[in-house]
Amino acid sequence: MPKIEFKLNDKLVTVHSTANRRLLDVLREDFNLTGPKEGCGEGECGACAVLLNHKIVNSCCTPLANVDGQEIVTIEGFSKTKRYQIIKDAFAEMGGVQCGFCTPGMVIATESLLNKNPHPNDEEIRIALSGNLCRCTGYNMIIKSIQKAAKDGDGIW
Amino acid sequence: MVDGLIAKSLNEALEALDNKEYQIVAGGTDMLIQNRSHSGMNIDYKKDVLYINLIDELDFIKVDEKNLYIGANTRLETILESKLVPQILRDVVIEMASPGIRHTATLAGNIGNASPAGDSLVVLYLLDCELEIKSLTKTRKVLLKDFITGVRKIALNKNELITKLIIPKINLTDCYFHKVGPRLSDAISKLSFACGYSVENSIIKDLRVAFGAVYVTVVRSREVEGKFIGQSVNDLKANLDDIINAYEPLIKPIDDQRSNRVYRKNVAINLLREFIENIKED
Repeated sequence: MPKIEFKLNDKLVTVHSTANRRLLDVLREDFNLTGPKEGCGEGECGACAVLLNHKIVNSCCTPLANVDGQEIVTIEGFSKTKRYQIIKDAFAEMGGVQCGFCTPGMVIATESLLNKNPHPNDEEIRIALSGNLCRCTGYNMIIKSIQKAAKDGDGIW
Repeated sequence: MVDGLIAKSLNEALEALDNKEYQIVAGGTDMLIQNRSHSGMNIDYKKDVLYINLIDELDFIKVDEKNLYIGANTRLETILESKLVPQILRDVVIEMASPGIRHTATLAGNIGNASPAGDSLVVLYLLDCELEIKSLTKTRKVLLKDFITGVRKIALNKNELITKLIIPKINLTDCYFHKVGPRLSDAISKLSFACGYSVENSIIKDLRVAFGAVYVTVVRSREVEGKFIGQSVNDLKANLDDIINAYEPLIKPIDDQRSNRVYRKNVAINLLREFIENIKED
């Protein structure tokens, strides 16, 4: 049986299984990390988003094979950071959370954006969220949340 | 159950391909969806899989005097951020995929997938993209237009791998890409259009037009382009009907869930008309 090793939320982990599995299934079933969710299963909604080497990817269309030797952070791992606290507080204050299904993906998209561009303009935020759908359609509040997180977390990213 | 082999060097990949037939997977953003199974189940590949996404030596962007070279494993995001890459190709990348896809997907993957609606293909045809293809014993080059032979059909032997895209440097006065789709990023095109020209002393020196999702492969006709190169800008505009008539029989779209024949054809012709009408004197 093949052995795939990678860093998951700061811990080195080993998966003994075929490489022909979706990262999403491995995270949810082998590691009980249910923050990444299956929405569309086709890379269109971003509910399954995780960070691969600090950049957002859709875990529903990332094969397990492609994370061998790489670093994965899910919303569970990210929630232990100061950056997360700032994003969480900003989302709470600006009404960026409604039903919550898209929220882990939105938070991961926010971190991926701010990590690269700590002071994004409105257009850059919209582009950064172009792979994340919110079916409550609270986009304006989410965009305001990200603006607030960038401001409150000035110097942290 | 099919096997999955992870290659971490080009040589490892070529040796594997020399021994056995594999389904090659790069970022997997198309392949995982095409071979999707139920949640929690293994990906439903039909044959053994060779994963190439972690071959670092195929991840590069280089230039020399004549060409731009993009490694087969270069992620779309890297292409988007590189100043070495022509703006028209970066414009496609931002429209064809969201950040989550761009961080793993590759242009070589889009080429290998050979979908008639593959957005990058339209611009790569326009730019006369060539591919470097390797097997364990041989390296060859092929023009992209000769490599894609039909819907999801490519001229790649079982022991071969796309290793590099070669894009000639050209000097166009203007060129642009236009996608017709319901959403920025992630949406598959109803149709797509790319065009470019160069003008010197009011004479058309270069004229290029490519249409996506209106035929089994991207439509680009050097024969039609050649008829109008050498004309003055004014003559070209006066011959607009001739240009439309020349392209009209080449545009043969289908009805599907994304759009229909009539709409696709009308919009394709309208985009062509707009391009010609807006060509500027130098």
